[in-house]
Amino acid sequence: MGLEAALTKDGFITTTIDALIAWARKSSVWPMPMGISCCAIEMIAAADPKYDISRFGSEVMRFSPRQSDLMIVAGTVTYKMAHVVRRIYDQMPDPKWVIAMGACTSTGGMYRSYSVVQGIDQFLPVDIYTAGCPPRPENLLNALMAIQEKISKTKARDFQNKARSGAGKI
Amino acid sequence: MKEIILNKLIEKLGDSQIEFSEFRNDLSILLKKEHLLDAALLLRNDEELKFDMCKDVTAIDWEKRKNRFTIIYHVYSFKNKFELRLKVNIDEADLAIASLSGIWKSAEWYERETFDMYGIRFISHPDLRRVYMPEEFEYYPLRKDFPLLGIPGSLPLPK
Repeated sequence: MGLEAALTKDGFITTTIDALIAWARKSSVWPMPMGISCCAIEMIAAADPKYDISRFGSEVMRFSPRQSDLMIVAGTVTYKMAHVVRRIYDQMPDPKWVIAMGACTSTGGMYRSYSVVQGIDQFLPVDIYTAGCPPRPENLLNALMAIQEKISKTKARDFQNKARSGAGKI
Repeated sequence: MKEIILNKLIEKLGDSQIEFSEFRNDLSILLKKEHLLDAALLLRNDEELKFDMCKDVTAIDWEKRKNRFTIIYHVYSFKNKFELRLKVNIDEADLAIASLSGIWKSAEWYERETFDMYGIRFISHPDLRRVYMPEEFEYYPLRKDFPLLGIPGSLPLPK
């Protein structure tokens, strides 16, 4: 809306590099679908025509961590699986974000058990937690919008020296 | 069917060597530890019985009982459409029992699982390693004295 109007009027716009880069980044967040259990079904549903995650520029689910910006951890993470999740996360190029989708990934959920990590923030920097068991697709889209909100407040130099420690400010 | 099974087992192992119970029309047979292999061979090989499938192997931890563990084999006969449970009580001081993986191949992984969860050793098992828990894990999670949330620090997290 705003952009098209501005361009058709004068043919140019003025903005800052930071704003332009943040706008470009938040408009094409490519997810890494870390679908571990039942939450993955709702994550898939978020990509279907009814909920249509492509409205937010995130329809390109990359099954390679090297091409993705956002890791959606969807499902129960056991101690054994935690090493796999972390390894895939480490292969994603910076800048990168993480959604903890559902009760299990956020807190361990109903699996209050010796084998399940009681919240993936014990080994991953989580940006957004999503409630629900599993969360409905709307809820995941809401989390994605929160991620976009967060990205829109970043500056290019935030990522210059890598080392984005922990979940940053929203 | 039940009488036939019991009679054959008594004939093979001798009188007063087995106990049995029924629950909701399902037969369970309590065997002595040293009789398990003989009984299993008989049940599988007998032309009339033909228990040709081992559906599950598991254990119960009674914690305070004298014979602390009960090991349970669920076996099934396709010929007779009949399910049977074989139980053996073993004591904590001697946590070992003959493996039935040579008789029913499917018992191999079930016995590994029972070993993983209860620490029961199956003698002459071809590959007795953990199934679910990491190899270097030191505890047996389904024992009654194992805490619900595990032993802190026993399962490493990344970094």
